[in-house]
Amino acid sequence: MLANYGYQDGSGDYFITIDTDKCTGCGDCVTTCPAQVFEILTEDPHDPFREEPVAVVKSSEKKKIKYSCGPCKPVGERPPSPCVVSCRAGAISHNW
Amino acid sequence: MAEEFWRWTESRWTDPAIDWKAGKIVTGGVDVGSVSSQAVIMVDGQLLAYGNTRTGSDSPNSAMNAMNMAMEDAKVTYDDLQYTVGTGYGRVNVPFGQRAITEIACHARGANFMYGPSVRTVLDMGGQDCKAIHCDAQGKVTNFLMNDKCAAGTGRGMEVFADLLNVSINDMGELSLQVAEEPPPVSSTCVVFAKSEASGLLRAGWPKEKVLAAYSSAMAHRVVSLLERIGVEKEFAITGGIAKNIGVVSRIEKELGIKALKPTIDTQIAGALGAALFAQALAKKSGK
Ligand code: SF4
Ligand code: SF4
Repeated sequence: MLANYGYQDGSGDYFITIDTDKCTGCGDCVTTCPAQVFEILTEDPHDPFREEPVAVVKSSEKKKIKYSCGPCKPVGERPPSPCVVSCRAGAISHNW
Repeated sequence: MAEEFWRWTESRWTDPAIDWKAGKIVTGGVDVGSVSSQAVIMVDGQLLAYGNTRTGSDSPNSAMNAMNMAMEDAKVTYDDLQYTVGTGYGRVNVPFGQRAITEIACHARGANFMYGPSVRTVLDMGGQDCKAIHCDAQGKVTNFLMNDKCAAGTGRGMEVFADLLNVSINDMGELSLQVAEEPPPVSSTCVVFAKSEASGLLRAGWPKEKVLAAYSSAMAHRVVSLLERIGVEKEFAITGGIAKNIGVVSRIEKELGIKALKPTIDTQIAGALGAALFAQALAKKSGK
């Protein structure tokens, strides 16, 4: 499942996508992210029959990721976001 | 008391043809949203009864109110429910629930039951948020996106407009279509800004239907841009209270160039229906 967390507002679209079919629940993104955007849940809240841990974007972060992720997204020369690099499963992507 | 234009019709329904006492598994699903609460009772995968009411100031009571409405005609009691799943914003506060499951999962499952297995895209326009969901033939979510940052494109926004224009919420869809020519959409769907913009238009002499048309098309445009982020695959269905507003639905269909499937039951119960279906599966699994 592609779980898109974030929002659209007048300034643009800000979504972090977690591909739950790839996510192993390893928690590397949680330890890497300087803004504590992710957390690991023991069950997928959107899939009651999946019984393995999965990463989600914290509900307190969903409405402000544009700002939380700001420091990771310098203008100009842009290194990939730490969370994207940390995920060996390739489960995380950002749309902006 | 002054007329409350925002007040939508509460409802309940029971299928008199089902002898639920002869059934094996009786389950409940409750969706406690920020604006409305629904309860569904299912027996062996069939819809037995539902209740649909306004959410009061506390979630546990609203869950009970909705369930009491569903139980009344069917004469089901809480003891008869083998498994109950709660969903919606107040899902963790359902006093008689065994498990909480998100609205995303429940709306997809509910839409699959309501509209059939060909549904691939579900747009839920609820009281306080808007969700775009892709699902497979089993109603399992494959992709989802939710906008809960503002009340744009939601039932709450429509209620505010019903009050502003003194038009019953049930008549708003039809009224918004009574314009000879589609006016430009209001520039903001943010309820607060849209309301002041609409007040200005009314003062400038715009008739109600024109103001409503301008708001409905802005709302439609807003949800279409949300839908387009994940794309729209056929068949397409709309759930939630706004699915009853023909003015918004027809504008969404026009902008997408795709018709939404016609609902056969109250679109507001999709979440509770999905919850009751999950409860059926979970009850079986727990071996009851
Ligand atoms: S690093 Fe990747 S695989 Fe590990 S929990 Fe985070 S999203 Fe899932
Ligand atoms: S971009 Fe930075 S702040 Fe945002 S989720 Fe990734 S690691 Fe965390």
